[in-house]
Amino acid sequence: MIAVIHALWLRELKRYMRSRVQIVAALGQPVLYLLALGFGLGPVFQKAGEGNYIQFVAPGIIAMTVLFSSVFSGMGLLWDRQFGFLRETLVAPVPRIQIMFGRTLGAATVATCQGMLVAVIAFLAGFRVSSPVALLAGIGVVLLIALLFSALGTAVGSALENMQGFQIVMNFVVMPLFFLSGALFPLTNLPLAMNIATRLDPFAYGVDALRTVLIGVTHFGLALDLAVLFVGTVILLWIGSRLFARIQV
Amino acid sequence: MGEVLSAMIVVVIEVQNLVKRFSTFTAVNDISFTVGKGEIFAFLGPNGAGKSTTIKMLTTLLRPDSGSLRIDGIDLATDPNEVRKRFGIVFQDPSLDGELTAEENMDIHGVFYHVPTKIRVERTSELLKLFGLWEKRKDIVKMFSGGMKRRLEIARAFLHTPKVLFLDEPTLGLDPQTRNQLWTLVKQINETDQVTVFLTTHYMDEADKVAQRIAIIDGGKIAAQGTSQELQAQTGKTSLEEAYLALTGSSIRDESANTSADQLKQMAKLWGGNRR
Repeated sequence: MIAVIHALWLRELKRYMRSRVQIVAALGQPVLYLLALGFGLGPVFQKAGEGNYIQFVAPGIIAMTVLFSSVFSGMGLLWDRQFGFLRETLVAPVPRIQIMFGRTLGAATVATCQGMLVAVIAFLAGFRVSSPVALLAGIGVVLLIALLFSALGTAVGSALENMQGFQIVMNFVVMPLFFLSGALFPLTNLPLAMNIATRLDPFAYGVDALRTVLIGVTHFGLALDLAVLFVGTVILLWIGSRLFARIQV
Repeated sequence: MGEVLSAMIVVVIEVQNLVKRFSTFTAVNDISFTVGKGEIFAFLGPNGAGKSTTIKMLTTLLRPDSGSLRIDGIDLATDPNEVRKRFGIVFQDPSLDGELTAEENMDIHGVFYHVPTKIRVERTSELLKLFGLWEKRKDIVKMFSGGMKRRLEIARAFLHTPKVLFLDEPTLGLDPQTRNQLWTLVKQINETDQVTVFLTTHYMDEADKVAQRIAIIDGGKIAAQGTSQELQAQTGKTSLEEAYLALTGSSIRDESANTSADQLKQMAKLWGGNRR
């Protein structure tokens, strides 16, 4: 059982390490957000009495990188469908839940690596964490976020039949998750509708958890954040495994 | 396992009243056949006859609309994973991971099929050498030519020894050397390990040479089945190719005579479908 999960996890990692161009390309967006927004909105943020915007936004951008990368890697299933490797995995005498777990763990690991690269860039841009322990806790939270959204990616990838649905998922699922999360702005004093929307966004709890452990600022409280991430992961893994088991090619 | 049909034959593949529809198109229309242990059985038929759809259902990739499928006595619908342990397959379409090396593709297959590491390493080197890929084992597969990819697919299928081997048009795009190697290997495992082989092909000569029994499938139905000689005798022809043409030709005539009403119904459904 472990051997199969390990083999599929390793496969995701190898594919990631071999696509250097993609790694760099995928860094473009977070770096732009970090620098343009970080330095662009910094003065306004400061004047509003909220403190250093780079400090505030860096955890949000790291979380964003993890969100995009997880969903993207999870949906790598669609590429496997396109290029045929999915067939090889689906005829293998391995419970499909193991295949789904291996892929999801691999996708989560890849997303965590990508998030850590952005953390390094944030450090170069002036972002500082309170202690080395905070950094370790941050990696733990990043892994949780990565697991949750890799499971989402795998679930969505299992339900879709081709790449056409990808753009719809990005625009109507992933982008709203991101923009309603408080990655870019504080969640305090929001209009009611926005307040409700942010509370319903599981990614908001991920961003909040990361901000809590990295810079000690919290909105929902770490206990609630971790509970949502954990329960969300379990639910999505369950849904994902059901959908994955139903795949026909 | 398997039910004993006559004195010596143990049934390994048992297909009963299999049906698969894709919206209004019936790809496989109520077919039944059995394949005995150690037999080489070929599905011959034109494009779109339902060959690949049948193989997909037999290999648990597609769920049938009705009918039953058993391999080695196990029902595919109730215990697909137990069935998957018993077969190997060479797909018609590519199924390699292009981002991995040839060796890594073999390794991951070995892990899937629980091949012990030592045997995996030995078999991998034997097979890659046999199919002329040993020097390229560390190369990323997406850089391979079409023929090399095809050879790797075939080498991979022989890494584990299944009870049943499915070959879906395995020689498509292969050079004569590789074709020859493939059939030698198929015959070898068939004889020494009693592996049952189910293959589909367009090539009469291959079916004639390799298969002990042949089913001719057309329009989702089995037009005839038997040994090459039986098919020739049945149609009064002197070669399998002539018999095949006689059979697939006549079945088309039969269908257009019998099913004009069905075709009208299908048209009606199609229009109904469009309105929604």
